[in-house]
Amino acid sequence: MAEHFETPMLDELENGPWPSFISGFKRLRDDHPEERIRETANSLLGQLEHSYETRKGYWKGGTVSVFGYGAGIIPRFSEVEGTFKASKEFHTLRVQPTPGNYYTTDMLRQLSDSWEKYGSGLITFHGQTGNIMFIGADTENTQSFFDEINEYGWDLGGAGPDVRTGMSCVGAARCEQSCIDEQRIHRTLQNNFTDDVHRPALPYKFKFKISGCPNDCQNSIERSDFSVIGTWRDDMKVDQEAFKGYLETKGRQYLIDNVITRCPTNALAINDDDTLAVDNRNCVRCMHCLNVMPKALSPGDDRGATICIGGKRTLKIGDLMGTVVVPFKKLETDEDWESLVEMAEEIIDFWAENGLEHERCGEMIERIGLVNFLEGIGIDVDPNMVNNPRQSSYVRMDEWDAEAEKWFERKAEEAAG
Amino acid sequence: MSEAAAPRPPIESGCPDGFQYMHPAMRRNYGNWAYHEDPQPGVLLHVAKDGSKIWTVKIATQRILDVFTIRKLCDIGDEYADGYIRFTLRSNIEYMVTDESKVQPLIKAVTDAGFIVGGTRNSVTSLSHTQGWLHCDIPGTDASGVVKSMMDELIGEFTSWNMPNRVHITTSCCQINCGGQGDIAINVQHTKPPKINHDLVANVCERPSVVARCPVAAIRPALVNGKPSLEVDERKCICCGACFPPCPPMQINDAEHSKLAIWVGGNHSNARGKPTFQKLVAAGIPNNPPRWPEATAIVKRILKTYKEDAKDWERINEWIERIGWPRFFELTGLPFTKFHIDNWRGARASLNASAHIRF
Repeated sequence: MAEHFETPMLDELENGPWPSFISGFKRLRDDHPEERIRETANSLLGQLEHSYETRKGYWKGGTVSVFGYGAGIIPRFSEVEGTFKASKEFHTLRVQPTPGNYYTTDMLRQLSDSWEKYGSGLITFHGQTGNIMFIGADTENTQSFFDEINEYGWDLGGAGPDVRTGMSCVGAARCEQSCIDEQRIHRTLQNNFTDDVHRPALPYKFKFKISGCPNDCQNSIERSDFSVIGTWRDDMKVDQEAFKGYLETKGRQYLIDNVITRCPTNALAINDDDTLAVDNRNCVRCMHCLNVMPKALSPGDDRGATICIGGKRTLKIGDLMGTVVVPFKKLETDEDWESLVEMAEEIIDFWAENGLEHERCGEMIERIGLVNFLEGIGIDVDPNMVNNPRQSSYVRMDEWDAEAEKWFERKAEEAAG
Repeated sequence: MSEAAAPRPPIESGCPDGFQYMHPAMRRNYGNWAYHEDPQPGVLLHVAKDGSKIWTVKIATQRILDVFTIRKLCDIGDEYADGYIRFTLRSNIEYMVTDESKVQPLIKAVTDAGFIVGGTRNSVTSLSHTQGWLHCDIPGTDASGVVKSMMDELIGEFTSWNMPNRVHITTSCCQINCGGQGDIAINVQHTKPPKINHDLVANVCERPSVVARCPVAAIRPALVNGKPSLEVDERKCICCGACFPPCPPMQINDAEHSKLAIWVGGNHSNARGKPTFQKLVAAGIPNNPPRWPEATAIVKRILKTYKEDAKDWERINEWIERIGWPRFFELTGLPFTKFHIDNWRGARASLNASAHIRF
């Protein structure tokens, strides 16, 4: 064993009550039976300390992939390998977890055992793009590790300009607010695009994220190109006895201050007989009252999803929220599910065709306008897509009559059922 | 030998089935939960429509786990929980048990092992963070160290329910902001244009795509010392660093001039108001490893003010919307500067076009 690199700055991060990642690295360096892992941890600690001292990063990218794929490995080569030799190749494998990040302890042990054979012994659950990140293997071991875990059910995630790994909230598995089958939506969408995950050929990244209700615990609207958010369109369910229970335990004033007056559309009132009145036609499904009184209120039975497209963070034109493209999508019949996948295919195909290099789907929509996008993917306009109609008069409208006719025809079709 | 050398074709299985790793009570009651309660900080009780119950104990870890720690977590899961583990979006771990008598021994076991129980309801939950100096190729700072330093100071808010509503804090090591939106976000903000190594540009960078990456069209091709390279119009440059990933010779990270900025009010929930993006409140904060005390001090000051002044259920964005930005700066003592007034596309929408003024 080479001498330990001195790490006075990192040592500071072993103090304090919060669990310390540095202590974990040192355990690998000091206690691991295998010399390769001890050496790697020592080298990694040395390079990280060097970063702390000089306030700079020392990893560069490159090209590494497993046989048959073009994505899923984040290559890292050290720029200071002369000093920190044992971690000079320190690639990450991005591996797709299950929707909602479920594991048995047996499976975590099996993954750890495999990783110990080939990698650094460090795993992150999970990266910001949703993957399990197996951090630190050289080029050769990257393939060996993938081959081993791929045999028992794990596949690489996305990286670069491709469909990225999807993410979902805890969902119907343990949440009373969930309005949709997140497990099925996630895997149906994601696994339809496996080829696009493994072989980057899109303008830039494309992410699916799924939240079971408008609380959007998955943060899908801000962080995904294709955001699926569970909702319902019939009346919310009110258990009046449970509501009275809240009145008794929380008090009238608390409920007025924290539920009734906090409803964004003033859709709630307490009746004289201490029952709750709900104006369901004006409820926007914000979830607040359900969050405060989960025993008394729950989503209705006619459930489905709102689909928002085009969310992303800063680069290049600034932050974009996903915006409504489908106000309500029922997910019941085989046809419903097929049309969900078809819609995703339409969107990705249209963007692949029309997006500029390194342009996210939302940026393309901003550039070409929502209407051109909707026409490109064959979806009709809907007033739920806007906060308000146009305020600029600078638009050519000589096809007004034909467009108005389309609206009335659609309304007539809807009325006819 | 030729057989052994043949590469193995991958099994393109994609995203695996979640049900196989789900606690049996979650599998059984999938889609059939009735309500939940919060018995104590860090513990959730979910009750299914058939009356069956599951308790969840939520704990914080260091996110980057060594195999020893993983095995310790698995040992605890086998001995005190039912052998199932779930990870949350913010890298917390959840153990699930169907027997109430297992809850307190489980809490004791994880606490004895050095993990922290909390992060539910109106607490400051774990910071979501990125890779930083440990593994990223373009980082301006570390991530895990920032999180560790900050949570050492905020641990009391993780283990309690003292905040008006939940607080999500994020960190990011460059302006791409992989950490995402947060009630409070601590992000690198460069303050000087990239330093260009003209000897390397022609060999390393695909110049037209680098030019195309710049959000303000400040980069143009140029011959420097007889070599094809790129030059930056430093009057136009906004120091975002977007050119650095496709062109590493355009070094944006600077030990002194890469600073931290703090943004508040990002909120992805639809509860009460529509989702919101975070807004700039403080910048010029030194990137000061290993403990980043200046950034932590400002975060603590914002949290203290929010805790004292906000109403129940108000997230940070809603609290500021109610009291107004002038009061936010007054109460926190943070300076309001010309940099707080947006000049990017759509900026007019952020101006106060009214006579609504609080006095």
